[in-house]
Amino acid sequence: MPELKFEKGKMVPVPSHSIIPERDLGHAPVLECSHLGVDFGGLRAVNDFNFTIGKTEIAGLIGPNGAGKTTVFNLLTKVYNPTRGTILLNGMDTHGKTTVQINKMGIARTFQNIRLFSNLSVEDNVKIGLHNQKKYSTIEGILRLPSYWKTEKEAHERAMELLSIFNMEYMANWRAGNLPYGAQRRLEIVRALATDPCLLLLDEPAAGMNPAETAELMENIVKIRDKFQIAVLLIEHDMKLVMGICEGICVLNFGEVIAKGTAEDIRSNPTVIEAYLGKRGAE
Amino acid sequence: MKRLIIRKKSRKNFITYGIVLVAYIALMAVVSAGAMPSALQGLLVPMCAYIIAALSLNLTVGVLGELSLGHAGFMSVGAFTGCTAAMALADSGLPVWGRMIVAVVVGSLLAAAAGVIVGVPVLRLQGDYLAIVTLAFGEIIKTVVTNLYIGIDPNGLRFGFLKPDIGLGKGGRMIVNGPNGISGITKISSLTAGFIIIMLCLVIIFNLVDSHSGRAIMALRDNRIAAESVGINATKYKLMAFVISAAMAGAAGALYALSQNTVTANKFDFNTSILILVFVVLGGLGNMLGSIVAATVLYILPETWLRQFSDYRMLIYAVVLILMMLITNSSKVRMLLAKLLPHKKSAEKEGEADA
Amino acid sequence: MSFINNLINGISLGSVYAIIALGYTMVYGIAKMLNFAHGDIIMVGAYICFFVCSGAGLSPILGILAAVLVCTVLGIVIEQLAYKPLRQVTSLAVLITAIGVSYFLQNAAQLLWTSNPRIFPAIFGNGGVQLGGDLTIPYKTLVTIGACVIIMVALILFTGKTRTGKAMRACSEDKDAAQLMGININSTISLTFAIGSALAAIAGVLLCAAYPKLIPTTGSMPGIKAFTAAVFGGIGSIPGAFLGGILLGVIEIFSSAYLSTELANAIVFLVLIVILLVKPTGLLGKKISEKV
Repeated sequence: MPELKFEKGKMVPVPSHSIIPERDLGHAPVLECSHLGVDFGGLRAVNDFNFTIGKTEIAGLIGPNGAGKTTVFNLLTKVYNPTRGTILLNGMDTHGKTTVQINKMGIARTFQNIRLFSNLSVEDNVKIGLHNQKKYSTIEGILRLPSYWKTEKEAHERAMELLSIFNMEYMANWRAGNLPYGAQRRLEIVRALATDPCLLLLDEPAAGMNPAETAELMENIVKIRDKFQIAVLLIEHDMKLVMGICEGICVLNFGEVIAKGTAEDIRSNPTVIEAYLGKRGAE
Repeated sequence: MKRLIIRKKSRKNFITYGIVLVAYIALMAVVSAGAMPSALQGLLVPMCAYIIAALSLNLTVGVLGELSLGHAGFMSVGAFTGCTAAMALADSGLPVWGRMIVAVVVGSLLAAAAGVIVGVPVLRLQGDYLAIVTLAFGEIIKTVVTNLYIGIDPNGLRFGFLKPDIGLGKGGRMIVNGPNGISGITKISSLTAGFIIIMLCLVIIFNLVDSHSGRAIMALRDNRIAAESVGINATKYKLMAFVISAAMAGAAGALYALSQNTVTANKFDFNTSILILVFVVLGGLGNMLGSIVAATVLYILPETWLRQFSDYRMLIYAVVLILMMLITNSSKVRMLLAKLLPHKKSAEKEGEADA
Repeated sequence: MSFINNLINGISLGSVYAIIALGYTMVYGIAKMLNFAHGDIIMVGAYICFFVCSGAGLSPILGILAAVLVCTVLGIVIEQLAYKPLRQVTSLAVLITAIGVSYFLQNAAQLLWTSNPRIFPAIFGNGGVQLGGDLTIPYKTLVTIGACVIIMVALILFTGKTRTGKAMRACSEDKDAAQLMGININSTISLTFAIGSALAAIAGVLLCAAYPKLIPTTGSMPGIKAFTAAVFGGIGSIPGAFLGGILLGVIEIFSSAYLSTELANAIVFLVLIVILLVKPTGLLGKKISEKV
């Protein structure tokens, strides 16, 4: 039975904070998108995207290639500005904010085509994620005042602690561009976590990984959620991963949401099967 | 093949400081023993100025990763303002070193101001478009300085633009004289001043690079979109690097101008910007010691060793430049050389592209 | 009347810039490099024409042909020796090599031909077309503007309609993919340099017909300005280079006629900066957007 509240003279159900109303964790949502949309020229890349995600929820965004999944990420992080609709982060409107401000508000992300600072060391990549938690000014840094040494020591320890999530401490001095592919994806996650987000967006975190690595990644995503108490929204084509860890799944096709629900719901949803396999396959 | 593991920078930094210090002591010893040929002695301070200019440009090109083709413009601003300040204070009773400090500080501050004016619009552009706009600003600075007239009389400084008549009062004298630039400069800069500024620039660059601001700047160089996604303000840190770089170039300009009899705006033209860029690229992007060595060798070489080739020296310089780029960048050319010189191990040099 | 005269002079100077800029743009489009030696090829072309016409006393047509021939060969040789080995490396290394080539050409010219200025002959005659009143358009101006228009149209047709032209465009989009489609990258790039250098030779002759003082650094400033023009119009775009060149010439002549001769260059560059701030990829340039 959904909770009710009094509004405009009648009782209405309180809007759910989770993708799946039945699973409402009772927390306020970390992210609420309503009627979100963006046009590129005449193309409606994303249209009427309504979506909420709870504070410690792991949610999946799936759909065929070109469905607009990454575009949703780019809208959330303001790489593109939405043409329509609103995005609320912890109840705050993100209208007019820049990518940098969005990160400071609590959204961190990884990229489909890995974007590391490839000429820098692994440790420096993580330290750059810690950038906005710095406690000394540029002048103090150049003069090497005590605040510099203290903050740098803390940053080093924090970076090592974050790298230990994926057991990557021994790679700290490696050049990021020379890491194996899987490690590069993991480093991107660590770097995103370093910015102390409340919502982590993972764009195809398991792409290019073998089944063993994927299984480990699944464990680690859950571990990260539990440890940092954050929400995770991920785009992934590996259904094993999506069905395995996502508590709610949203399916996009041609920029529109065609289904939302648990793994079970999605698996048996005829519209979804049709979107993936075509009309014949759905029969 | 790039290095797999990035070693701690601090050791390399101390080696750089050490080499500069040893070179300074050695040069001072030779100079004070009177063993330095006079032709060479006059080149030492300009050499320091070019080293500083190369270090500062390396901050923009190597660390920030933006190509600037107008760096000499900032040197020009520093040279003319610093020199004006030093000459205006000639009768003030300030000791030589005091005037030198004032000149360098004034030169850097005004060059930094020019850096802000140029940087704010320029840094919004990307790649080659950014490069061409820095070139344009360099040319604009040159034209403005060419048409600038500054004089001093008991009432203070007087400025004029385009017209030489600036209404100087009694006892006044011209300092900056339009296309003729500044003449009759008291040469107050010295090797020691050059050394101190080089060391200061090195400390600023190394400490900046190894701080959160420096990492932010390098993050923007490697991947702007990712840097913004982790909360790095692109405009702020790009401008920071650009302005620091401009300020250092200003100091280099002041140092240079005060080692010459005359300076004109044409001295700091596109060719000078390119010359500094050549030092930076040959020395290695982000490699400060490389910039110092390249600036030293390439500045001294045409003036000394290549003199024996008289008319051919600049031609040889050009050939050396092309060959150096081919050897350091093309494996095919290296292999060809290795075949031609079988006794010599191939001149393979590990590229140190990182700061 | 002086307004129309200035306008015609501006278009004429702009046509020279446009021809140089077309060469810049073609080379940039395919080799993705700023060929700073381009301006010095202009100078070489002008010297060759000078020696054939003034030195040997042959007809101007032979002079122009000789200049085009020498510069084309020079362009190919430079590409093969200096740029080809650097095709896989950063554009900055190629830029420095191009600067080296530019130094080389300037200093070689100084050794061969000394730095004494030569006065370029009036190869297109001193007359002009009378247009009523005191307005005359000199033949050299007509030839310059005509040549520029013909060259631009020819280049557009060439890159748009012919097989080789399409191969060039394919190379400029994606060299690896073009190679897989059976396009010979090396010969395509060489051809581009050949065309660019031939254009530079023509530009050199036209430039010196208008401004007859010829010294080894004659090509430098027009080279830089034409590069500016190419960026102005959107580098890589052929109509852009044309438009950029003409605009630059007109702005330069107008600002020196009506504002200040000393500041003409500064005004040209200032306009460029303003244009790029409004349109960051030039007037007709393609918008660069990075896929995230």
